[in-house]
Amino acid sequence: MAEKNTKGAISIKNVTKIYDPEGVNVMAVDDCSLEIKSGEVCMIVGPSGCGKTTLLNAIAGFHSITEGEIYLDNEILCGPNKPLADQGSDRIVVFQHGALFPWKTLQENVAYGPIVQKVLPKNEALDKAGGLLEEAGIGDMMKKYPGEVSSGMARRAEIVRALINNPKVLLLDEPYRAMDALTKSIMHESLLEVYDKTNVTIFFITHDLEEAIFLGDKVVVMTTRPAKTKLILDVDIPRPRNYQVLSSEKFRVLVNEAKDAVHEEAIKAFEAGERELA
Amino acid sequence: MNKKLIKVLKSQTFARGIIALLGFIIIWEFLSKYVPLLTGITLPWIGHVPPPTEVVDAWSEVVFLPGYWESWYMSSGRVFAGFIMAQIIGIPFGLALAVNRYFKDIFFPPFEILRPIPPLAWVPASIVFWPTTEMSIAFVTFLGAFFTIVINVLGGAKSIDIRYLRAAQSMGASQWHLFTKIILPGTLPSIFTGAAVGMGITWEVVLAGEMISGGGGQQASGGLGFFIWSSYMGGTVASVIVGMISIGIAGYLSSSLIRFIGSRSMPWRNLF
Repeated sequence: MAEKNTKGAISIKNVTKIYDPEGVNVMAVDDCSLEIKSGEVCMIVGPSGCGKTTLLNAIAGFHSITEGEIYLDNEILCGPNKPLADQGSDRIVVFQHGALFPWKTLQENVAYGPIVQKVLPKNEALDKAGGLLEEAGIGDMMKKYPGEVSSGMARRAEIVRALINNPKVLLLDEPYRAMDALTKSIMHESLLEVYDKTNVTIFFITHDLEEAIFLGDKVVVMTTRPAKTKLILDVDIPRPRNYQVLSSEKFRVLVNEAKDAVHEEAIKAFEAGERELA
Repeated sequence: MNKKLIKVLKSQTFARGIIALLGFIIIWEFLSKYVPLLTGITLPWIGHVPPPTEVVDAWSEVVFLPGYWESWYMSSGRVFAGFIMAQIIGIPFGLALAVNRYFKDIFFPPFEILRPIPPLAWVPASIVFWPTTEMSIAFVTFLGAFFTIVINVLGGAKSIDIRYLRAAQSMGASQWHLFTKIILPGTLPSIFTGAAVGMGITWEVVLAGEMISGGGGQQASGGLGFFIWSSYMGGTVASVIVGMISIGIAGYLSSSLIRFIGSRSMPWRNLF
């Protein structure tokens, strides 16, 4: 890593979130604390509906928190006096099912942020968007609509759309969930490529333990609802990484170490049998 | 364009469509004319309908009368006047209901009470309300499309995936940008669905309105509805059918127009 990214440190302090639909208190997150350094890839693993997305929504400013504080680079995002963080282009979310605007071409999608923020005039934004898509290897597709390209390409374009805003943090909510293993591996490589170039802080939610260890600097295993950190695993596999890592001894050891913790929580979640909160 | 047209004309779908239409006409002709001729039995229903040859005869007579074409012109004019007014008022109204809670709290309840009233139930009242017959027909036509359009726009705007709104907001979109760049294009498919359904209803309503109101007095200004009604009163059933088929053609042309505009303004999806 030549130049160290100095932005995008997230500090989650004793965050609790209680949903209160019609008076029935549901605790989604319970006294959860987590430090993410700037430029770190932090992978959040946990059973379905455990409250991982709740945490992401709190950072992004989609949902309020009930207690605790969240800081970004030592500035408070949300806390006791301000339960809902402002939404901002310093934290951009890539959603589970993708959220490219279907009525815009890939190029127009990518140019959207700079245009609405009035950072660039429209044609310059489009040029820049085209250039970035070119760099990401999907320049041929830029005049197509999201409905015309594969989900892998769409997700790649969506990451480009996030990065054009120079975010401090990328918030990824199971972006590769519905993909087959082969596409997934291609997506992983392209995400690592992006990361090695930009060193943006990544907050990545997943179910897939191998994905977590392959991509992450840090893997956080969450308990079943209400979510708390159960185990924090440092992944000291050097970067840049490629697919050979998957067959290395170290990788296997880390997977086994995390597997027990994840499995235990998965059983608890299954036995609780609660409806997924998504 | 021409290549495309030639491709369509040569396609199997087109051939099947033509064969089906011809088949329908031949069977109709046979049942209504030749069965009674050969067996002496008048079949129920179809036996009382004039055969296609007679309809074509009647058509070839009226085609040269200016009154027939004036009927087309009158009815189309009323349909489009009512329809366009319904779009102009209905789309902003539906969008306002979708995006503003206060607006919805105030205007949605009366809207929902008025909505179930069939447009035709408005005919007598609107004849009383409006100074001219023309205006009352236009008003009833407007109502026919208005409710459908509003409900579609409201439903469409409400069902825009929250991910799009969140994504746009996190990329720094202002409220205005959210409205023009996300909600409006996101609602377009529903706007066109509403338009297609609304167009169908306006044709139904205009015809009924013309029959009931007498279409403004003189036959020439009566429109297709009055054309059918006066043909029926005059006992020329073939002309009734001429009028009916004319409406079928007019409706088909209108919905084709909407489909065309729809596919032009939504290049990202193939509507219908």
